Amino acid sequence: MKRHQIEERFFKALMIASMVVVLGSLALILGTIVWRGLSALNLAMLTQTPKGGYYLGKEGGILNAIVGSLYLAGGATALALVASLPIAVYLNSYAGRSRYAELARLALDVLWGVPSIVYGAFGFIIMLWLGIRASLLGGIIALALLELPIMARGMDEAIAMVPLALKEASYALGATRLETALKVVLRQTGPALVTATLLAFGRGIGDTASVLFTAGFTDRLPDSLFDPAASLPLAIFFQLNTPFPAVQERAYASALVLMLIVLGLGLISRQRSGRLAKHLIR
Amino acid sequence: MKPQIHVQDLNVWYGQQQALKNITFDIPARGITAIIGPSGCGKTTLLRCLNRLIEETEEVRVTGQVFVDGADIYNRSTDVTEVRTRVGLLAPKPFPLPMSIYDNVAYGPRIHGRRKGEHIDQLVERHLRAADLWDEVNGRLRAPASRLSTGQQQRLCLARALAVEPEVLLCDEPTSALDPISAQRIEAQLQALKEERTIVVVTHLLRQARRLADDLVFLWLGELVEYGPAAKMFSAPKDERTRAYLAGDIG
Amino acid sequence: MSIEEALQSILHGQRPEPRGVSLGLNRRVKDHLARRSMAALTLAMGLLVPLIALVLLLRAWPILATRPLGDLLLATAWQPLKGAFGFAPFIMSTLWVTSVGMIIAVPPSLLTAIYLAEYAPARVHTLVKPFIELLASIPSVIFGVWGVLAIVPFLERVVSPTLGHWLGFIPLFRADNPTGYCVLAGGLVLAVMVFPIIIAVTEEVIRAVPQGLREASFALGATRWQTVKHVVMRRAMPGVAAAVVLGFSRAFGETMAVLMVVGNVPKVPHSVFDPAYPLTALIANNYGEMMSIPLYDAALMGAALILLLIVLIFNILARLLLLQWVRSKQET
Repeated sequence: MKRHQIEERFFKALMIASMVVVLGSLALILGTIVWRGLSALNLAMLTQTPKGGYYLGKEGGILNAIVGSLYLAGGATALALVASLPIAVYLNSYAGRSRYAELARLALDVLWGVPSIVYGAFGFIIMLWLGIRASLLGGIIALALLELPIMARGMDEAIAMVPLALKEASYALGATRLETALKVVLRQTGPALVTATLLAFGRGIGDTASVLFTAGFTDRLPDSLFDPAASLPLAIFFQLNTPFPAVQERAYASALVLMLIVLGLGLISRQRSGRLAKHLIR
Repeated sequence: MKPQIHVQDLNVWYGQQQALKNITFDIPARGITAIIGPSGCGKTTLLRCLNRLIEETEEVRVTGQVFVDGADIYNRSTDVTEVRTRVGLLAPKPFPLPMSIYDNVAYGPRIHGRRKGEHIDQLVERHLRAADLWDEVNGRLRAPASRLSTGQQQRLCLARALAVEPEVLLCDEPTSALDPISAQRIEAQLQALKEERTIVVVTHLLRQARRLADDLVFLWLGELVEYGPAAKMFSAPKDERTRAYLAGDIG
Repeated sequence: MSIEEALQSILHGQRPEPRGVSLGLNRRVKDHLARRSMAALTLAMGLLVPLIALVLLLRAWPILATRPLGDLLLATAWQPLKGAFGFAPFIMSTLWVTSVGMIIAVPPSLLTAIYLAEYAPARVHTLVKPFIELLASIPSVIFGVWGVLAIVPFLERVVSPTLGHWLGFIPLFRADNPTGYCVLAGGLVLAVMVFPIIIAVTEEVIRAVPQGLREASFALGATRWQTVKHVVMRRAMPGVAAAVVLGFSRAFGETMAVLMVVGNVPKVPHSVFDPAYPLTALIANNYGEMMSIPLYDAALMGAALILLLIVLIFNILARLLLLQWVRSKQET
């Protein structure tokens, strides 16, 4: 019966080869960015804003983009948090398994799949309607829309894992649903909620298409919500598109900075969910 | 008469926990051998060692030998899929494969290379009859197997297991998921099959063992206590634990 | 926090209240208000997608009302200054790039998922999973940079000359494009971007197949691959289909990475080495000018609407497939 043994070995080899391709692509991407970006990275890049002629090769850095991205993603995450947490709590503590909750979760899944450029276009139209120009505020609104489904889904899943017995013990003592949610459920899911928030933040800081229309771009740090704000992804894009190799090198360095931020966030969220897990009731 | 199966110094560990300790015994050819004992004593573990299905569990370690017709199935050079064509298994809960009734029964033979259309037709009918299911499904062989009742599904699994024509059929609590009538039909089929095959049944129901067994193997907490012809063990057990278990005092 | 502490905090967290109706009333009022406001938020969230569609529709109305839909979707002339808005090159480009991407992505993704779910020892699995999640978290502009740095030159110098030479007689592989900015570049980048989502969903779906089914197959003497092929995958099929649809949907909506490597020439591609101009890139590239040319903004918003509707359809399709998979799970 050797045929099936050959088949087994062949497909096993094929599967491992596939995994190598997938992991290899990751290694290739990280490797390329680090290799090309590291040489062009210096302190000036991180601490200065672009001076005149930066895009032609003169001095400066991407501080405008780093700060802009942090403001944009920070504001958006805060805004999304204000909506996501109540929605997640509502779906679990009040609506439960009802038809309504299933529909709401469907809506969240659909929102999750909407391309970020659609959020950008939508944000742009809203801004026109409200009379706001391309600004930090506009970017925050569009990014918040993008982050909302990611955060709400993560929080929903986290809260859904709280054992029913715990909630029922609380209700049995006479606590209302709100009190149970605030005092018992949220404490139990704290680390997972933080993870969901960090994940959404990471997504927000790396997105281009939604801030493209709405946040504008500038070489300066934004002073107010109504100033345009630079963002790292756009800074990378613009620098890459110049015909000057020196500026393109800076694009790679900027890409490295963005990568490090996103990787760092990923590491932190993985760490947190690990460490704080010891406080949880199992 | 040479035993069909000879187990020698079988030990099984799940992680750090030892489930079976130094098991040595024989299973005679033909007839029904029942492995009995209280729950958790290792009956299912022992059964699954006989067709090497135990290897599918994570973190399991097996030492010892199991000779089927004189050949150690745990020998490194043995092809495990071949072992399983000679030693079949019927599980407690029926799991019909996601295909038609016909394809379920034909699955085993096809996997092993038999593809001729008409040949398979005859084979399917023969084994569905042997499982006492033919009359009920003839005419809807192409229907999905999942539409059958639990009792019918278990008989389908029996037909499926028989279709690869194993010399030994292992049955792990074959009627535990069934209503009494379906259980009785399965038992009847096993009685009919024992003429030509060796059947090993794990059961926690003493009455079932009394009805079916020609030989008994009694396990207690992972150890083999006693084995031998059923009639002798029921009337005059050698070990006190056997006597107590058979009398219903323990387990 | 132990369960005793959890319950204690409920008891101690309440402010001392005078006895009587007001104790219960205050807490119940809070609960009621909270419930109302959370429900309102959830409702608002549920209405977002229809709202976005509506807003885009309104903005795109000037062009949708004045041109027959068929014209817009099928015409190939794109000259906004002259008022010609034919979306065909962009729709076709999106289809080309996404399809190539999926053809490249699906086999390795499925095989990897099968390996992780059925073959990989626990150690390998815990080691590999974080890296796949890492791949999923990389921003699209980084994929674009990688595409420009590595993929485009590779295609230009290695793949296009060789494949074009050997297979160039097949229209699909005709290599007229001197640069590496083409459909294939976009497809390759997209493939790597959708690996994680197809792998993750497929693996989950495969793991959900009950172990008893596998053992039934093993007990009949089947090898692991035979079991995977005939039993596991058959059972998991609707879920796997859903995974692929989700991947397709993701690829369809991708903007930056594709924009940077695909050439952005508004013509219908006829070969994988031709440049392309997907819908997403169209919107992203031209938003700056769209307010200054009549109907341009309506056209671009129309493109965004088409994008939204297609992604919606795919998502609903994936949902239905998953529902079917759940139903098939319950059958045994």
